[in-house]
Amino acid sequence: MEKVVLDAHNVSKTYNEESAVPVQAVNNVHLHITEGEFTALVGPSGSGKTTLLNLLGGLDRPTSGQIIVGGVDITGLKENELINFRLHNIGFVFQSFNLIPVLTARENIEFIMLLQGASKTDREKRVNELLNAIGMPDKADARPGELSGGQQQRVAVARALASKPKFILADEPTANLDSASANNLLDMMIRLNQEENITFLFSTHDQRVIDRARRVVRLVDGKISEDSQ
Amino acid sequence: MLFRLAWRNLWRNKNRTFITMASISSAVLLSVTLVSLQRGIFDNLIRNVVSFYTGYVQVHGKGYWKDQTLENCLPLTDSLLRSVQNIPGVAGVAPRLEAFSLASYGEATKGCMVVGIDPESENGVTHLKDKLISGDYLARGGSGLMVAEGLANTMGVRTGDTLVLLGQSMYGSTAAGKFVITGILRFGAPDLNQRLIYLDIGVARLMFDTGEGVTSLVVSPANESEFRALAARLQSSLTDVADVMTWEEKMPDIVQHIETDTASMYIISGVLYLLISFGIFSTLLMMLAERRREFGMLVALGMKRGILARLAVIESVLVAFLGAITGILISFPVVWYLEKHPIKAWGALRETFERLGFEAIFPTVLQADIFISQTAIVLTLALILAVYPAWHILRLNTVQAIRS
Ligand SMILES: Nc1ncnc2c1ncn2[C@@H]1O[C@H](COP(=O)(O)OP(=O)(O)OP(=O)(O)O)[C@@H](O)[C@H]1O
Ligand SMILES: [Mg+2]
Repeated sequence: MEKVVLDAHNVSKTYNEESAVPVQAVNNVHLHITEGEFTALVGPSGSGKTTLLNLLGGLDRPTSGQIIVGGVDITGLKENELINFRLHNIGFVFQSFNLIPVLTARENIEFIMLLQGASKTDREKRVNELLNAIGMPDKADARPGELSGGQQQRVAVARALASKPKFILADEPTANLDSASANNLLDMMIRLNQEENITFLFSTHDQRVIDRARRVVRLVDGKISEDSQ
Repeated sequence: MLFRLAWRNLWRNKNRTFITMASISSAVLLSVTLVSLQRGIFDNLIRNVVSFYTGYVQVHGKGYWKDQTLENCLPLTDSLLRSVQNIPGVAGVAPRLEAFSLASYGEATKGCMVVGIDPESENGVTHLKDKLISGDYLARGGSGLMVAEGLANTMGVRTGDTLVLLGQSMYGSTAAGKFVITGILRFGAPDLNQRLIYLDIGVARLMFDTGEGVTSLVVSPANESEFRALAARLQSSLTDVADVMTWEEKMPDIVQHIETDTASMYIISGVLYLLISFGIFSTLLMMLAERRREFGMLVALGMKRGILARLAVIESVLVAFLGAITGILISFPVVWYLEKHPIKAWGALRETFERLGFEAIFPTVLQADIFISQTAIVLTLALILAVYPAWHILRLNTVQAIRS
């Protein structure tokens, strides 16, 4: 049976509710993600991709609706519970400047596990695994400033994986990369998806990236207008 | 981990950290130097007052302080002396009989203060022997006199010469005597150096006809910092017999001077620290603006705001600490140097000091508590200022921070 990792019911987000011009950034979205999916969230600028990803990742709270992650309704969690929930269940990759600039690649990956309170041996083992998985064991001790944009994003993916999350949310992870690096990153994500069964949900504008997604969800004006599944 | 992160964050913007540190160290340097200087000056002042002549506590006959005539002297019986000596906290008691006189040698005549002393107990209280620069120290019951250097020079006398002293006895008759100069004393305070002549107290009592009377008992406390308590104890056991005064009561203008000066020093330090607080605060604001996105991202990843706030506090305390340590490392030799080579007063200030009878020098004191307290002030300030970034982080809007 397919394992549901994320279930969004009737999720809406309105900005400036009280004002004369409320913005309905996400409108009645239903979304069901199962383990091992590789899904692209697409849509024109301003269609609500970032807003939706923030809601699904527990960074922002919906105006209405329910978001269930691994059986937990995260809309009911208190701020600190939510932070803790994110730490253990959701991996994030942002568009750019993902990494802590004063920490090396290794330390950036290890950081999440430190927050989780993992033991030193566990951390070292996992960091080495992940550095190998992203093909950068030689860059372990480089600081983000010494890495290319593509390498930085790969480290960001490794960091997102470090906490063994239920899924990874990535908001336009390739937007700041040249097409070779973007392709490279995508290759790596696809490999992780296929070999390790890692669930990815990412937003993108890039048609070449969209072409390689297995499922494409299209947002228009905060509504799902098309779902390839 | 948090500490390592904080440490590395400090060096993200080296210039900013250096500038912050430098402003903190210069504030510490200034404050430490000023406070050390001030305390040194006051200690010097008090030491002058006390050890040159006055002592910490004096006992007078009733009414003597207001009307300083021999009629108001204190009859010092052996039993009274013993009872004063037996009061807890009394280290030494030196009786004095002080009277104004004229001193003549050949054509030269000068006004002077004749002080009858018990040579040994006077030395115990004011270390008079240390001031001897030629001749011999007065022997108990000795018939010679010791004269202050300045007075001796003005009159053109030296040891072996004979001085004639002319004064008034307790009963108004002429008191006169001829004494051989056996020793010359040097006083740091010009006023004393121009005025003092020492006789044995027995000789002085005979000359001024006071019987057992003395004008004062100089009492030295076992613990100098407790001189006020000692004075109170003395007064309560001598209620009907004598008036007890501390040096502060005898010289209220000095106390006043110390108080105003201390107050203005606090104001100067306060302004100094206020200025660097603004400096630190503005760098904190810059830091917050620069790292807003990073903070948002860390909270998004699952770092509790409390931990992140702690990071910001550690960072600002760390800069302050480094600045304070640097400031102290710089100020230590400065204060040390100024202690060994005190600043000398000049101009009107010098005159004022000398008129009051003090050495016109401004030494510093090298005291650990000054360094510690200035460091503590800087760290406290940093902690208070760090409340802002902490508060900022606690209420940071994660989503907006990430979008920024
Ligand atoms: N804090 C906010 N306050 C008010 N309106 C907002 C806020 N954040 C986003 N919006 C609005 O919500 C809508 C959706 O924005 P969102 O950033 O989710 O779109 P997007 O699909 O991610 O766009 P892009 O492709 O440009 O990143 C937009 O109209 C935007 O102006
Ligand atoms: Mg967006």
